[in-house]
Amino acid sequence: MTIDANGMNYTELNTRLRAAVAQGIDEVVVNNVLGQRFIADGLKGNIRITLNGVPGGDLGMFMSGPTCIVHGNCEHAPGNTMDGGSIIIHGSAGDAVAHSMRGGKVFVREDIGYRGGIHMKEYQEKRPILVVGGTARAFLGEYMAGGLIIVLGKNDGEPVSERGIGSGIHGGEIYIRGNVQERYLGTGAAIQPYSAEHRDRIAPIVQEFSKALGMDPQPFLDAEFTRICPMSSRPFAGKYTWE
Amino acid sequence: MCGIIGVIDRRKEPMDGLRIKKALSQMNERGSGEGAGYAVYGVYPEYKDYYALHVFFNNIHETKDALDATLEQWGRIVHDEEIPTYEQPNLRKTHTPWRYFFKPDKKLMAWSKSPEDDIVTYLVMKINAERKGSLVFSSGKNIGVFKASGWPEDVANFYRIEDYAGYLWLGHNRYPTNTPGWWGGAHPFNLLGWSVVHNGEITSYGTNRRYIESFGYQCTMYTDTEVVAYLIDLLVRKHGLSEELAVKALAPPFWDEIDIMAPRQKMVAKALRLAYGSALMNGPFAIVVANQESMVGFTDRIKLRPLVGGTCGNRVFVSSEEAAIRAMEPDIEHVYMPRAGEPIIGKVIP
Repeated sequence: MTIDANGMNYTELNTRLRAAVAQGIDEVVVNNVLGQRFIADGLKGNIRITLNGVPGGDLGMFMSGPTCIVHGNCEHAPGNTMDGGSIIIHGSAGDAVAHSMRGGKVFVREDIGYRGGIHMKEYQEKRPILVVGGTARAFLGEYMAGGLIIVLGKNDGEPVSERGIGSGIHGGEIYIRGNVQERYLGTGAAIQPYSAEHRDRIAPIVQEFSKALGMDPQPFLDAEFTRICPMSSRPFAGKYTWE
Repeated sequence: MCGIIGVIDRRKEPMDGLRIKKALSQMNERGSGEGAGYAVYGVYPEYKDYYALHVFFNNIHETKDALDATLEQWGRIVHDEEIPTYEQPNLRKTHTPWRYFFKPDKKLMAWSKSPEDDIVTYLVMKINAERKGSLVFSSGKNIGVFKASGWPEDVANFYRIEDYAGYLWLGHNRYPTNTPGWWGGAHPFNLLGWSVVHNGEITSYGTNRRYIESFGYQCTMYTDTEVVAYLIDLLVRKHGLSEELAVKALAPPFWDEIDIMAPRQKMVAKALRLAYGSALMNGPFAIVVANQESMVGFTDRIKLRPLVGGTCGNRVFVSSEEAAIRAMEPDIEHVYMPRAGEPIIGKVIP
């Protein structure tokens, strides 16, 4: 099924996507996407949605199951509080990518803006994953409570060269290719050893990312990573109250 | 949350208002229907040597004679007329927009280096502070601001914004949060050549306001954005800072970043922070400032509001959202997201 989204409001677009799921359609292509917010929000099912263009903010919010493939850039917060499924972006994305995400995968081929993975969380089998091919800006993984962030830095230069990495982190892990300067770490974040065990953990994810985006995984598999974890589960325990 | 957009044609080729209207409506979700507006540079070529004063009148029979008399005390009204408006079902016309083309008598401030600008600034501050039912919301040469309380498209249709053309446009879709929406509180804000659109809030408003009022500016519009217009006027026009340095003074690097700078940059950054500590703007914001020669977009130091830049030929774009830039220029060549505090600058090619 193909939808021409030229001049279409997001309400109509989402109504049609829901109707497609209800009819058991498993493949939809949406052309001329431009700025429509909230695409596939709360959508459940196994549908695969290809979006050609630039979708608006909060793509796949609360989504549970579908796969969204974006041929273009994304605005703010794709994967916001997403529950399951995947968002694969053949381009860059704005601020707060994977905001409060609680399950599924967000893959971004190029760069993301500020506060990527802010307040990602996990519970039992729900472990959200954010992988970025290029760079991430400041406050990556801010208040992170669970899940996994990997920044591959496929181009030259430091993958993350700004302040506040893992500021207030109290769960989950952040892997950044190469060395990360201590001064970029936020309050509550610490660099922990990166060993074979961790390499094995991220290798299948890196392979899946590379396959989805048509990249060679080998340089990433060969690379060294910095592993950033919480110092404690309650970094601000003493901030507002005291014993 | 608000939506902002701006475009400059560096060769000063005129653009009509159709595309920016479409682009701003694209971001309707960023507003609440309580304020929208447009600023256009190069809009009055036939009166380009006169100050174009755009005024909101309350009851016009009560207010206009007094304003005419005030203006005539300080110069000559070359031409004045009601700004044409077209009734819109969802827009309540609570004010009458009027425009004057005004020539100040510079002999009245002969001691000043810029007597005409100073007379107009004095008049704008005086008229707006007196609150006698007249509000001057645009006062530059060859510049017009068109704004009202309403959704972007309704405000555009109310003024038939597509009938105006210019080489630089700003647009704003307002979601007022700290003060009620009203016509005077809609963006863009303008003083002389400066216009400002803003998304976010200036939490340092109190400090900034006390600072700027000590230089004779008066804040009268119940919102934090006007202070930005006055700060830029002070830093660039009066103190002679470049736009780049002014942005560095308003959204400076953190001290720990200054500590590791090379000696010369460190000296400049330190001097700016010490000299303009009270001009530093805190809080979440993305701002676009324009004058006749340039357009500058920048965000707060930790990027709490979005800002995207784009270029296409001689045109430089800036907006809250990439899709809005693409709506205005489908053939955009380059789109990017600047770092916090790093300005997007478009300058007229001399």
